[in-house]
Amino acid sequence: MTSRGGAMCIDLDNLPALSLGATVFAGGGGGDPRIGELMALKAIRELGPVEVKPLDAFDDDDLIMPCGMIGAPTVMVEKIPNGGEGRVIREAYERHFGRPVAAVMPFEMGGINGVLPVTWAAYAGLPLVDADFMGRAFPELQMLTPHLYGMAGSPSVITDERMQTVVFDTMDNIWLEKLVRNCVASLGGSACGGLYPMTAGAAQRPAIIGTLSRAVRMGEAIRRGGEDPIAAISEVAPVTRLGQGKVVDIERRTSGGFVRGSALIEGLGADKGRLFRLEFQNENLVVLEDGEALATVPDIITLLDTHTGHGLVTEGIRYGQRIEIVAFPAPEVWTSKEGLAAVGPRAFGYDFDFVSVVDRHA
Amino acid sequence: MRESSRLRVGIDVGGTNTDAVIIDDQDKLLAKVKHPTTSDVTTGILSALRLVLEQLHGAAANVSHVMLGTTHATNAILERRNLNRVAALRLGGPATHAIPPLTGWPEDLKAAVSCGETVVDGGVEMTGEPIVPLDEDAVRRFLDSVSEQAEGVAISGVFSPVLSDQEYRVAELVREVLGDIPVSLSHEIGSLGLLERENACVLNAALVAVAERVTTGLSNAMTTNGITAEAYIAQNDGTLMSLDYVRRYPILTIGSGPTNSMRGASYLTGAMDALVVDVGGTSTDIGILTSGFPRESSTAVEIGGVRTNFRMPDLVSLAIGGGTIVGAAGDAVSLGPGSVGYRLSTEALVFGGAVPTVTDAIVASGRARIGDAALTAGSREMLLRAIAACDARIEDGVDRVKTSGRELPLIAVGGGSGLIPEVLAGVAGVHRPENYDVANAIGAAIASVSGELDRVFAYGKDGRDEAIAEAVQLARDEAIRAGADPAHVEVVEIEEVPLAYLTEPVARVRVKAAGPLKTH
Repeated sequence: MTSRGGAMCIDLDNLPALSLGATVFAGGGGGDPRIGELMALKAIRELGPVEVKPLDAFDDDDLIMPCGMIGAPTVMVEKIPNGGEGRVIREAYERHFGRPVAAVMPFEMGGINGVLPVTWAAYAGLPLVDADFMGRAFPELQMLTPHLYGMAGSPSVITDERMQTVVFDTMDNIWLEKLVRNCVASLGGSACGGLYPMTAGAAQRPAIIGTLSRAVRMGEAIRRGGEDPIAAISEVAPVTRLGQGKVVDIERRTSGGFVRGSALIEGLGADKGRLFRLEFQNENLVVLEDGEALATVPDIITLLDTHTGHGLVTEGIRYGQRIEIVAFPAPEVWTSKEGLAAVGPRAFGYDFDFVSVVDRHA
Repeated sequence: MRESSRLRVGIDVGGTNTDAVIIDDQDKLLAKVKHPTTSDVTTGILSALRLVLEQLHGAAANVSHVMLGTTHATNAILERRNLNRVAALRLGGPATHAIPPLTGWPEDLKAAVSCGETVVDGGVEMTGEPIVPLDEDAVRRFLDSVSEQAEGVAISGVFSPVLSDQEYRVAELVREVLGDIPVSLSHEIGSLGLLERENACVLNAALVAVAERVTTGLSNAMTTNGITAEAYIAQNDGTLMSLDYVRRYPILTIGSGPTNSMRGASYLTGAMDALVVDVGGTSTDIGILTSGFPRESSTAVEIGGVRTNFRMPDLVSLAIGGGTIVGAAGDAVSLGPGSVGYRLSTEALVFGGAVPTVTDAIVASGRARIGDAALTAGSREMLLRAIAACDARIEDGVDRVKTSGRELPLIAVGGGSGLIPEVLAGVAGVHRPENYDVANAIGAAIASVSGELDRVFAYGKDGRDEAIAEAVQLARDEAIRAGADPAHVEVVEIEEVPLAYLTEPVARVRVKAAGPLKTH
């Protein structure tokens, strides 16, 4: 990450690294960040690098705007955003709270949402906060850390390329998920939004700190990695190698508004003779071998391309890919009792408890 | 030969050779020829056609179809030559302004192709509803602004593969404002993924003049040789296009070479599911046949530095061919990247030259008898190490292209296919069909006609089966419309990708149907 007068910046050099890192930490979900990267490329070319600041650099009552896209990333590769959505969200919040937004923050540091807020910060001339509310990617709006602390996702502002705005003020975050999901469907399947707006002081508790700069460091390590990307990755984050192999079967289906499915991975090299089964619901949920879980959500399970070290999104998994199955430990907040109730294996319908990769493979 | 017999001529223009074959209506090979590719390409086609007809007395009058696979379009883009100036018009505002048309194009290619780009309000949602009404005034203003320079217009609407009315409407406006100028519509060229489809659409519009040269060149070559048959050009999925179709969709010819050799390999062996390795003069392409067709790449394909998403065979390409130069690097051996190319017959050791090549290595190892094997004696040790190095790279390439652990037969084709050893890991037997050296021209001659459908369906309750059935019917209709025999059209591929995160089940369905050409 480059420095400018002591501050960190996202610039043309490290933007591709952010994109790579965001895919690795997405755990298979969040969509391909390419569209977000191309948007940010244009914004940075026009307006210059975007400053990235730690959360504690802000005053306690500074207003932080967590934002991103909601809906199907597969729609966004066709109906690309206008670019002004971030401004519309910001203006709606400024009207609502009667004061200026001080900084933009990705609510989800994974997939396209790790990159989109860069564009909006550039256009607004605001800094980015080096934090998020997931520490990875998750599919639903109550799967954000402030929910665990009883904080409200409302008021949530949803906007589209037509610059229409809908402000949600719901009784709880479950209703927020339900109503926003339907709204996004009406707007064409993907939309942009702000969630869990709060002051920098209030964000101290739920925020997962340093995730944006970590994604950049991860991407830079992969780009430097050359022959052994995994070794480079392990310098940035504690990574557990679960196995290497080749995708020999992939099955995807829609149920309940999500892409669910599984991939079979046949071991190669040192793992020859092993057979892994990866199950996903937008994000990768569990890796099984002989019916036993090697890793489970909320640990971040990612498939990496063996040759490049690039992360794969679930919609991009295909027959014959050479991959390395890796896992990163979940942000600590998700492994608490409340955290696991929201995003542990049982929350996704599995009849077993969370298996920490750190403990299991220690 | 009976007077009534109907003959087909297949021609394939490769980097090194232009090959031509004649087959009869039972698909039996009657004549074949290899002729060096000429820099203008067209002269080589004319000569190859003349030479192959000379082998079969009186054949010209009995030729009913001529099929050509050619690299004209690929070369035009790579060399930035003979390209049309295109006005790129996107229908999608107020969406999509965040990434303007032609973002990420190499500057020199953009300068050679574009005479202006714009985004006007329009486009549709995934459901086909308009995003906002189409701004026809803005379309007219843009067309007026480029009227002096534009030699073609590329029209790309958001979600046009779902609903294409707006692209057709804007094509009408182009005719009103600019008169009879070539127009490319994105929904006819690519699938979902606006930027890649738009790129392919703009490249297509830029290739119209090239297509005109190819089609005119082929027509002239046929007339000169006394042939009055129907002419077709092979496209990249192993199926054929009429010359009219090529003038509208020239970009679909890109990638037809490897496809033709894979289809030819299938024909020569009867194999429907197999690995195909085509060893040429400068490179080796490894692909996989599924139900007799090349498996297509599912990732974006770059052409001349531009990302596109149209169908291309999924290949692993190695820079090793019969002409690849072998060198010693200490105890190790180096393969290429240089190649003696068309000078192989004078420069290789076995032909009395002074440059050790992969062909010499093949001879030294005893895998093939070409030229004088004794001339390789002085370099024998290095050449044997070169063969071992080639085997390792081919084995790795074969393994990378495979879709499962299941062992598949391997078909070796191309002029340099003597390189392929008898035994390879993960391969159930190596087949070396007769006439392996003209597999690509045979592939062109036997190419079939296909139709494809790629659309997003909202399934609704119990609507999935109905949606798939509709998709299959539309693909079959498309194949028959393109000239396939209705009695033999088969669905060769159904792919279904659910769109994530939505409450309603919505999926992108892709169906391809293909059948042999209806010959009467």
